[in-house]
Amino acid sequence: MKLIKTLLLGAVAACALATTPSYAQQFIPILSYRIGPYAAGGSGYFGGAIDYFNLVNSQGGINGVKLVWEECETEYNAARGVECYERLKTRNGGASTVDPLSTGIAYGLIDRVAQDKIPMTTFGYGLGASADGNVFRWVFPLGTTYWDQVAAMVAYLEQKEGGAGKLKGKKIAYMYHDSAYGKEPIGTLDALAAKNGFEVIKIPITPPGTTQESQWLQVRQQKPDYVILWGFGVMNPVALKTAAKTGFPREKIVGVWWAGSEEDVIPAGTAAKGYVSAAFSAPGTSFPVMQDIKTKLYANGKGNLEDPARIGSIYHTRGVVYGILITEAIRKAQDKFGKGKVMTPEQVRWGLEHIDLTDARIKELGAAGMFPPVKTSCSDHEGSGMVKFQVWDGNAFKPVTGFMAGDRALVRKLVEESAAKYAADKKITPVDCSKEN
Amino acid sequence: MSFFFEVLIGGLLSGVMYSLVALGFVLIYKASGVFNFAQGTMVFFAALTFVGFTELGLSFWAALPATLAAMVVLGLVIERGVLRPLVNQPQISLFMATIGLAFLLEGLSQLLWGSEVRGLDIGIPDEPIAWISDRFGLNISRFDLSAALIAAVLVIALALFFSRTRIGRALRAVADDHQAALAVGIPLQQIWAIVWGVAGAVALVAGLLWGARNGVQYALTFVALKALPVLMLGGLESIPGAIVGGLIVGASEKLAEVYIGPYVGGGIEGWFPYVLALVVLLFRPEGLFGEKIIRRV
Amino acid sequence: MLYREAGQFKTSYLADSAIFPIRQDRIGIALILAIAFVGVPLVATPYFFSAILIPFLILSLAAIGLNILTGYAGQLSLGSAAFMAVGAFASFNFIARIPGIPMLVAFAAGGLVAAAVGIVFGLPSLRIRGFYLAVATLAAQFFIIWFLTKVPWVTNYNASGVITAQPIVILGYRFDSPPAKYLLVLSIVALMALAAKNMTRGNLGRKWMAIRDMDVAAEVIGIPQMRTKLLAFAVSSFYCGVAGALFAYAYLGTVEPEAYNLDLSFRILFMVIIGGVGTILGSFLGSAFIVLTPIVLNTTVTWLDAHTPVHIPASAGSNLEVVVFGVLIIAFLILEPHGLARLWSIGKEKLRLWPFPH
Repeated sequence: MKLIKTLLLGAVAACALATTPSYAQQFIPILSYRIGPYAAGGSGYFGGAIDYFNLVNSQGGINGVKLVWEECETEYNAARGVECYERLKTRNGGASTVDPLSTGIAYGLIDRVAQDKIPMTTFGYGLGASADGNVFRWVFPLGTTYWDQVAAMVAYLEQKEGGAGKLKGKKIAYMYHDSAYGKEPIGTLDALAAKNGFEVIKIPITPPGTTQESQWLQVRQQKPDYVILWGFGVMNPVALKTAAKTGFPREKIVGVWWAGSEEDVIPAGTAAKGYVSAAFSAPGTSFPVMQDIKTKLYANGKGNLEDPARIGSIYHTRGVVYGILITEAIRKAQDKFGKGKVMTPEQVRWGLEHIDLTDARIKELGAAGMFPPVKTSCSDHEGSGMVKFQVWDGNAFKPVTGFMAGDRALVRKLVEESAAKYAADKKITPVDCSKEN
Repeated sequence: MSFFFEVLIGGLLSGVMYSLVALGFVLIYKASGVFNFAQGTMVFFAALTFVGFTELGLSFWAALPATLAAMVVLGLVIERGVLRPLVNQPQISLFMATIGLAFLLEGLSQLLWGSEVRGLDIGIPDEPIAWISDRFGLNISRFDLSAALIAAVLVIALALFFSRTRIGRALRAVADDHQAALAVGIPLQQIWAIVWGVAGAVALVAGLLWGARNGVQYALTFVALKALPVLMLGGLESIPGAIVGGLIVGASEKLAEVYIGPYVGGGIEGWFPYVLALVVLLFRPEGLFGEKIIRRV
Repeated sequence: MLYREAGQFKTSYLADSAIFPIRQDRIGIALILAIAFVGVPLVATPYFFSAILIPFLILSLAAIGLNILTGYAGQLSLGSAAFMAVGAFASFNFIARIPGIPMLVAFAAGGLVAAAVGIVFGLPSLRIRGFYLAVATLAAQFFIIWFLTKVPWVTNYNASGVITAQPIVILGYRFDSPPAKYLLVLSIVALMALAAKNMTRGNLGRKWMAIRDMDVAAEVIGIPQMRTKLLAFAVSSFYCGVAGALFAYAYLGTVEPEAYNLDLSFRILFMVIIGGVGTILGSFLGSAFIVLTPIVLNTTVTWLDAHTPVHIPASAGSNLEVVVFGVLIIAFLILEPHGLARLWSIGKEKLRLWPFPH
């Protein structure tokens, strides 16, 4: 009893003391996950973001405004993520923007961020339809959505086959994580198949996907020309291993960006050699910005990653790119609403809608070639839609293409249709972007 | 037809991998009546500890006994810290305690060794054996075959241990009746410590094989979900049941996925073994090999 | 110190079998309800409403549902989250497909659909017992989630396979602020908790308990096993179904079937066991424990990191939280295997004797 009493008293005391005083700084809540089945992604991505924020702060912040953040462990669980968001959104003068790196949590936040007027970025995941800024005012799938990604994959395969129209009559197996995430691109893929005349075989893999003999035997039976692997977590190395076991060449597998990190291929060992995956940021430590992070932060013991070997890994660089996009959006907002001031979430939203990262600007930031140019607008909350393809050579991912996009016109049409349906369901009146500035 | 056999054999062999995990459940349930939910986490714990030791510079053959020792110590600590204080409590409380244990082990192992994803190479290539592919046109992985062999050795060793050694016989007595065993002077707590130690060793074997296939990462704890229908089918307290159950589950889920899956949208592997086990249980409520419970008023 | 239960005499059977036979209990409940309905909305912050109180109440309701099945009728189930999913997806379809259906009716109808599904998956309980049944209910968990992911009709052909909860409008009033949602959830939960208390106290509850204690014996004294067990499954699933609908409509908003995964089922089971098997109060206590503990731990670790010289790297902190959570569960079970509700009654007993324990 005494033990429980002390525990409870301690907890209450901790709660009371946990409320920190607010400073006039730009606050960004970090809904991270560093444990659980997807910990590798969470720790790398948020580690990269925090590293970049630290770098910006060490160089004087954004026109003198320092970034502050607070972390909250979500365990990739929707309910806990919502709690974290609610807990952090009012801290330190209020959240500027949020990115949960989890489709499930993002679903739980879509309504909330619209009500609280806090922009949410879903950098490379989330609802495909949310690229339509007319309906999804507060959601920004920066970079690429899943829909654009699958379109780029098809374009890549077409290129591999030798040009436009060459996929006609080919067979592509779509092997996916059997969940909302895996189903997301199916509509786009079907539309692309109808347009380009190839056949799609859909083979779902039950999460978590620890055994896949039956799925890969189906592949063996149906003999597709290519496999698109839409996996997550443990499903990816198992897929590559089982492909090796059933004799499907890994060179003919193209993975989504969630299936294209070191953590996905290293456990598969030699079975992963030759496997190609999509990415929307290039890994490596050669970029000046990564060098800065290494020499200014990690050399002084200020880096966020526990294992310095992961600097420049896929997830880490992706986190750095997220950091760049967010700081650039805030910078853009400051250009309009006052330099050196703390931006309100509405102003950050405006900034996110007016990101214009040209190649020149990216070079200035020391990240030339790390990610494609991004230009968002009121109606286009995505801004790029380009991905790069990279091959695992057994030690590292090597690029096989530059940044490239697929059939963006087709995707945009699907986005608008789906967004219109969402607006009708939710009784939202879309904003007329031609009247916005 | 050769495709059918390929699916069947692939299924049987992956069933063996499920059996390996199920064995650990059976051992503990048999000796103490505890449904040890932490078994999956123990598999993860064992694999991670093994990899951790090799990262410290130990060779494969040095890390193996070191991890084994760690698993036995873990078993002793669990008996002392969790089971002994909860002796004579309702089964559901013990079950719940093992869930608490699962959380504890999950956090502890990652605190100790970090939560990065690691590869594990135990030197057995996971590739089709060439001469079988050439002769019969069937792809059979060397790794799967080795796993089946290891499982067979393990089962024989356990069977001998249970029937031929003093401790083994004492174990069977405890399984039959705790009170009677105590009355004839069998040290119950010692027996439990031994069983948890042995379950830890089985978890190590399962952890190495599963870790080599899937990589050593948190998702290894999910293999427990594959073992549960095996347990139901085979019976909670039967070692042969775990093996037979594993074979049935492995083969039937693969065949169902390949031959029924496409008609219903696929992905039925997740629930099919459970539904199959459910149907079997309707006819044999204690599983195929479980002890028949006679209920009297 | 505290009140005594002796000395209150009943003159009729009706009074003797009231939900709360003791006057002080009645006052206590009235007080708690008054605080919950009036006091809390006056002081709570939006964070408290939307991140703690609403999920706490919703999960309490689900825990009551499972407690009816596991605690009262003795049938172990690991599929509660799936029944919640059925409730949520069914309610969504009723609202989307029947224009003008009142929200509360849709929730109740969702609960009824969950009850029907519960009966189907409860059928094996007539043959299977104990852990075998627990694992068999996993069949429900996996099958239902698979079904909801697979059949596009149930999500109204949503491209992402998710449902987007329509705004809650009852009698023209739109419940969209956190306090409004809280009051709505509170009313539903309070009503259903009272109904559960009433059910378990009466004929039905006694039948369930007889089945739980020994089903063969219960049958011998004339309690129909099939009807009683299936009724327990139906009522339990109804509670879970309504809780699931509230989880989608009052808490998450847009949900994928995966939100109702095995993890949630387990968490509800924890609530029942930690709170106390076979008590309605325990469901609330257990839910509070499971909802609050991770939050308190997380806040404590962040606070320690920020305000003391101890530096805890983020991932170590997260792992530490899990370790402490596991230790707490084990410690609670060792200290009081019958759950928090028993702790409460022991505490009451002690206070009654205080300050002269002898």
